[in-house]
Amino acid sequence: MTTATVPATTARQQTINAVQAVCASCERPAPASVLSTVGTFGWRALLKIKHVPQQLFDVTMFPILFTLLFTYLFGGALSGSPSDYIQFFAPGIVVQTVVFITMYTGVAINTDVHKGIFDRFRSMPIWRPSVLMGAMLGDLARYTIASAIVLGLAVALGFRPDGGVLGVLAAMVLLLAFAWGLSFIWVIFGLKLRTPESVMQMSITVLFPLVFATNIFVRPKTMPGWLQPIVEYNPVSLVVTAVRGLMQGNATGGDIGIALLVSAAVLAVFAPITMRLYAKQQ
Amino acid sequence: MSDQRLGSQSPLAIEASGLVKTFGSTRAVDGVDLAVRAGTVYGFLGPNGAGKTTTIRMLATLLVPDEGSAQVLGHDIVSEADAVRSKVSLTGQFASVDDELTGRENLVLLGRLLGYDKTQAKARADDLLDAFELADAAGRQVETYSGGMRRRLDIAASLVVPPELLFLDEPTTGLDPRSRNQVWEIVRALVGQGTSVLLTTQYLDEADQLANRIAVVDHGKVIAEGTSAELKASVGSGSVHVRLGDADRRPEAQSVLTANLGVPVNLEADPVSLTARVDDPERVAGALGELARAGVAVSEFSLGQPSLDEVFLALTGHPAEVPEDDDDTRERADEDEEDAA
Ligand SMILES: Nc1ncnc2c1ncn2[C@@H]1O[C@H](COP(=O)(O)OP(=O)(O)OP(=O)(O)O)[C@@H](O)[C@H]1O
Ligand SMILES: [Mg+2]
Repeated sequence: MTTATVPATTARQQTINAVQAVCASCERPAPASVLSTVGTFGWRALLKIKHVPQQLFDVTMFPILFTLLFTYLFGGALSGSPSDYIQFFAPGIVVQTVVFITMYTGVAINTDVHKGIFDRFRSMPIWRPSVLMGAMLGDLARYTIASAIVLGLAVALGFRPDGGVLGVLAAMVLLLAFAWGLSFIWVIFGLKLRTPESVMQMSITVLFPLVFATNIFVRPKTMPGWLQPIVEYNPVSLVVTAVRGLMQGNATGGDIGIALLVSAAVLAVFAPITMRLYAKQQ
Repeated sequence: MSDQRLGSQSPLAIEASGLVKTFGSTRAVDGVDLAVRAGTVYGFLGPNGAGKTTTIRMLATLLVPDEGSAQVLGHDIVSEADAVRSKVSLTGQFASVDDELTGRENLVLLGRLLGYDKTQAKARADDLLDAFELADAAGRQVETYSGGMRRRLDIAASLVVPPELLFLDEPTTGLDPRSRNQVWEIVRALVGQGTSVLLTTQYLDEADQLANRIAVVDHGKVIAEGTSAELKASVGSGSVHVRLGDADRRPEAQSVLTANLGVPVNLEADPVSLTARVDDPERVAGALGELARAGVAVSEFSLGQPSLDEVFLALTGHPAEVPEDDDDTRERADEDEEDAA
């Protein structure tokens, strides 16, 4: 350190001078736009993925195991051969992957609001919900990366989407819209519950039936009669049907319309509740 | 004295009246009035749970008061919260920086949020890192920083756009003396430039060193307010502690000291010890001289600043303690009894 070689009083004076200089040498910029603050918080979320990448691997581990397990263990029994099964299963497992990851939005908000940094953000002259919106923007990146990993694996296992690149992209856009709506639900838990663990537990309790009582793994026709309507009208199933159709290139307008409607409805119901709760959070 | 130099006529940076905040049945802040002159450091001195953080959080627009009102830099903290936010910065009690990001990323993030473009935000971050002697650690995640570095970054983060009023919540708690001095220099530098600072602390000497005026808070109320000289005048400027070589001479020592210090001298539980709170430390040397002349051997003496406890004792008649501490003491007393049995 350079300061160690000069007398203490000089070092002290240097600190004072440096601090004063840095405070004098700047003018107040014009306030940032909402778009820019949301973007900046999105950048913060990306930095976190960069600095703590194991989180992303943690959440893609399960889908990878599921894909391998179902394709090789049950694929033959369910569809005649693993390579036939993966054509059916791949779009569904991508939906499952993303739907499960959405709950981490709530967990992350819960961790964030209890930290001092949140107080700093809230004491700044910015549109308050931009913290939340930016975090969700970063999460969209997380969903996309995780989907790409699982899709990549599926293709390696023999998945050939007849819908082509466009079909897959359209399916992804639809899925991200649905996931965005869902993430508002977990944010409610994140704001209301005390610990990240309880947010996780609560989210899983809701998510399990939502993800497993679906057409992701097998066709509803193979299920007992009482279960079939539950599975068919499960919002996740409706989204899976559209995503599967888009990826396989045989989606009907009706399937897509219903999935869009479901996504819009989730968003319309939960986003206002979440935003109101968020504004009241102290 | 410095208060006069800074002009008691300068406008008020903070003017609060009757602030109240309750959490369940706890009245965390219970009718606080405040008047802080612009360009000065105001010290908020109090023990754990006194309501310091809660008061700051209300003034920084993070909490809405249940009762009362406050103007910060001329703006109402509730109806004009946005105007307040654009003029103040908050360095919270618990690190208000992001542990997972690097020091530089933290500052760039805040710069972008405050309206700088990418290039400006980066330049600003680097200037601040240099000034706060953090350039070497700029690329490391904050979770690897020492307590002192973290505090400096935290304060730097509050200066990305220099505020008119800075809230510092216990900026030196848990720091070693060197880091503590660094923080003090930074505060002095800021005030030298006209920034107003509201600082909370549990240390009397910190308030004494930095603050033009001090409010002593306890159980959500301001129990004394004034310059540090005024407070000390009401408390005594320090306490003197004397240990004698011979317990038999204690009554004699007590009368000599009483006569020469001009204040009551107390006998301690330790049979060779005496203490007194003194108004004028200069008389202590004379009194010790008289003891020597009377042939009373002194084995040890000390003259200390009044501690926060002594301030509290003098102002409230009870030591600075929160209810939790009472429980602790009780538990400890129980353990002692068990040991004795
Ligand atoms: N969010 C909250 N919910 C419930 N009680 C709270 C909350 N915040 C503060 N309190 C209570 O209010 C009282 C004052 O707390 P505050 O944090 O303002 O004290 P402080 O003076 O800052 O103490 P410390 O020196 O420990 O930081 C305490 O009894 C505390 O337990
Ligand atoms: Mg506090």
